[in-house]
Amino acid sequence: MWKFTIRRMLIVIPQIILLSVLVFVLAKMMPGDALTGQLDPDASQESIDNIREKLGWNDPWYQQYGNWVVDLSKGDLGQSFTYKMPVTELIGQRLKNTVWLSLFSVILIYVISVPLGIISGRYNDSILDHAITGYTYLGFATPLFIFALVMLWVFGYHFGWFPTSGSVAPGMEPGSLEYVMSRFKHLLLPSISLALIGVVGTVQYLRSEIIDTKQKDFITTARAKGASESRVYNRHILRNSLLPIAAFFGYEVVNLISGTIFVEMIYGYPGMGQLFLEVIQLRDYSVVTSLVLLYGIAAVVGTLLSDITLSIVDPRIRIK
Amino acid sequence: MAETLIDIKNLKTSFSINNEYHAAVDDVSLSVKKNEVLAIVGESGCGKSALAFSVMGLHTRAKVEGEILYKDENLVNVSPRRWNALRGKDLGMIFQDPLTALNPLMTIGDQIGEAIFLHNSSMSKAQRKKKVLGLLDKVGISRSEHVYGQYPHELSGGMRQRVIISIAIANEPEVLIADEPTTALDATIQSQILDLIRELKNDMNAGIVLITHDLGVVAEMADRVAVMYAGQIVEIVDVETLFEQPLHPYTRSLISSVPSTEKHSQKLHVIQGIVPALQFLPREGCRFKERIPWIEDSEHAEHPELQEVKPGHFVRCTCYKNFYFPEDKKKGAY
Amino acid sequence: MSILRIEDLRVHFPIKGGIFGRTVDHVKAVDGVSLEIEKGTTYGLVGESGSGKTTTGRAVVGLNHMTTGKVFFEDKQIMNFGKRKSGLHKDVQMIFQDPYSSLNGRKRVLDIIAEPLRNFERLSKAEERKRVQELLELVGLSPESILKYPHQFSGGQRQRIGIARAIALKPKLIIADEPVSALDVSVQAQVLNFLQDIQKELDLTLLFISHDLGVIRHMCERIGIMYKGRFVEEGTTDDIFHNPQHIYTKRLVAAIPDIDPKQRDASFDIRQEVEVEWNEAYNKYFDEHGLAYQLQPISDTHLVALPERG
Repeated sequence: MWKFTIRRMLIVIPQIILLSVLVFVLAKMMPGDALTGQLDPDASQESIDNIREKLGWNDPWYQQYGNWVVDLSKGDLGQSFTYKMPVTELIGQRLKNTVWLSLFSVILIYVISVPLGIISGRYNDSILDHAITGYTYLGFATPLFIFALVMLWVFGYHFGWFPTSGSVAPGMEPGSLEYVMSRFKHLLLPSISLALIGVVGTVQYLRSEIIDTKQKDFITTARAKGASESRVYNRHILRNSLLPIAAFFGYEVVNLISGTIFVEMIYGYPGMGQLFLEVIQLRDYSVVTSLVLLYGIAAVVGTLLSDITLSIVDPRIRIK
Repeated sequence: MAETLIDIKNLKTSFSINNEYHAAVDDVSLSVKKNEVLAIVGESGCGKSALAFSVMGLHTRAKVEGEILYKDENLVNVSPRRWNALRGKDLGMIFQDPLTALNPLMTIGDQIGEAIFLHNSSMSKAQRKKKVLGLLDKVGISRSEHVYGQYPHELSGGMRQRVIISIAIANEPEVLIADEPTTALDATIQSQILDLIRELKNDMNAGIVLITHDLGVVAEMADRVAVMYAGQIVEIVDVETLFEQPLHPYTRSLISSVPSTEKHSQKLHVIQGIVPALQFLPREGCRFKERIPWIEDSEHAEHPELQEVKPGHFVRCTCYKNFYFPEDKKKGAY
Repeated sequence: MSILRIEDLRVHFPIKGGIFGRTVDHVKAVDGVSLEIEKGTTYGLVGESGSGKTTTGRAVVGLNHMTTGKVFFEDKQIMNFGKRKSGLHKDVQMIFQDPYSSLNGRKRVLDIIAEPLRNFERLSKAEERKRVQELLELVGLSPESILKYPHQFSGGQRQRIGIARAIALKPKLIIADEPVSALDVSVQAQVLNFLQDIQKELDLTLLFISHDLGVIRHMCERIGIMYKGRFVEEGTTDDIFHNPQHIYTKRLVAAIPDIDPKQRDASFDIRQEVEVEWNEAYNKYFDEHGLAYQLQPISDTHLVALPERG
């Protein structure tokens, strides 16, 4: 297993390098640079060139890339010209919000999808199963941003049960119970919207895994030992079917990234996704590239986690 | 006379095809005594595995009718709870494919241990492990301590089949059902597994039902043999008579289609036609009739029954009396 | 005259390992096999799973890459076929084990059987159809079934479709890899009879690969026994069955179930004896890696893998 894990982790290195090169090249290809719009329009071309020279922008690209990577490793992502603050600081606040939203959504996704998948798979072709698979088809067909808008309108405006924007009500004392409750309330509707659409893949996957495992020969062996139906399900079918779900976890993270971008925008939730769309419109490239890089790393690490989890739980990979 | 363990009477196991039930096991009656090996032989689709699964109560979507008496208890309508108590304790089963019959995510020790735990949950963990190690020794696995912690994929096919056998015999069952236990194995492994089953039989004093398509395995293992064709038993007799004086046309055809060792390069007998699919089986009259069209209709019984033609020798239908192979061109039975 | 001669054939597969997935070792699936088949005869290649018998057959038709070795067909060395689309030599065809999976289920019988014809011969649609119908008749299937799909046939019929495809180009040599292992006894009889008939009719040479000694004995004039990629014994059917010399052959022959129930105890005893010899004399028959030695002739027809005596 160690060999597998180490080999798998080593693959991450070229992945991240490739990602950073891509992001860097992309940033360089954008029209204008960080000086655009920052300087006095009357500044002479000569003084601009001087500043460029001083900042090293006339160096060959690999040197610039090198400097950029060195800065990155120090946590320096540059300066946002719209917010007039370091990108690290800007993203820092937002990152926390997005992580909370994602974490909460992931928990909801599993809390909802695992029981649904199990019921659907265990009692396949029952009315309940038809209802659940019907729901998953609907979920697949409904675009998240439309669903989120409907949820916002129904539960936010029409019933007024949930706040409709922000991550916390204004004027709360950070750390107080009310503050926490308020944050929680702001989190609820976006993550429920995200989860209700996000579960469909996992439900269908788990369902077909269970139906598949049910017909395996070793299930007959378990019955022939005298195991009761509930034991057969809990000990043999479930365990074996949940395994690929565990492995699916990393891809779920990747999925969430695109999900949070829409949901944060619609619910005016101050997270990375909202920031992302905003800075794209404002052409604040240093923030855009930093965010792309972060999202990219999250995706790479997510799939890494999946593969390692799978190698830990599956003895066929573990023992080699 | 040895005690009768299993007494099957008019068993009918049907499967639903397009919402209509078709019997894969049709009116089967037979018995298994203590310390005997009853072989059930037939080709694919004859219903032999469906019969075995009925005796173990392992069908999930079949209709089982008739009687399966185990020590006077009719298994056809016992509760699921009672089945769980019987399976793995009184009735053990060995499966065909050792590659798929073990849970890939559980250690060998856990899988055998589960069989013990289910029928003796009060046994301590240490005792259970000791018993598992003893079982592994018994089925001829050396280094049992090492194998205990291994996973199925780390073992060879022959080893896995030994593990499956150890699960089947974990609680010293009264009846052991072996469903094609060596079909998936290499020849030398096959003979080792068969020898192991024979040893265990002498040891345990159990009744063994051996399901197989291989007449060689029958000759090596069986005391009595039931030949199945199209869901029915066409002949039951002791093993020596089966090979020396088979009566039913199907039994005779089957035996002469095996490449026998002494008749090198001779033409093998070919049974004409094919076994019809379950839903197209002829339900009236002799089911083998279509496969022996040169035998006149009048030779067949109108309602073929399994009849005792000599003591201990049962044959279905009357067509055996004047049966001959067309290539022999000479009429008359033996 | 020998139609096929194999000299020192080796097929090694790399084992990838370590953190960087380098080749750390090789599986020697076939490790120095030489054999010769006379025209018009049937040669049996026997072994258990992992013995390399199938790999040998596949290497001869070019389905597995040869690591080293020479293959002569009608005394001409075949370097590498595989320039053609099918990868098969016109005169050498193969029949596969599983009639259920070796035929493409989405193709009609016409297309399945015509495939080799299309690769090697230019025929008009009408000619092609006529040839396929002739072939179907030859293998005992109705010529009207050309438009059916494989799943509409029984196992034995499917195997005959596979045979029809193999003989479509009138090959001189057919490599049959476990052609009856997936079939019931009565269907097996049908296919075996049929192979013998077609062999006579077309003057075919057969390389018959099987794990079933009963079938091999019935079909073959000469037999080679393989173990871990090497030959342990080679000889006529009589040599192998009545005078086996290598302990592995003895073990294999002893493992055949005796069809006579009265011999049960006797054959059990023989098996036990052989098992004892296998355990005691293992080092006499195998080298320090557990592999067989080079074949040494012990008569005109009979070769056994024994250590060279000084």
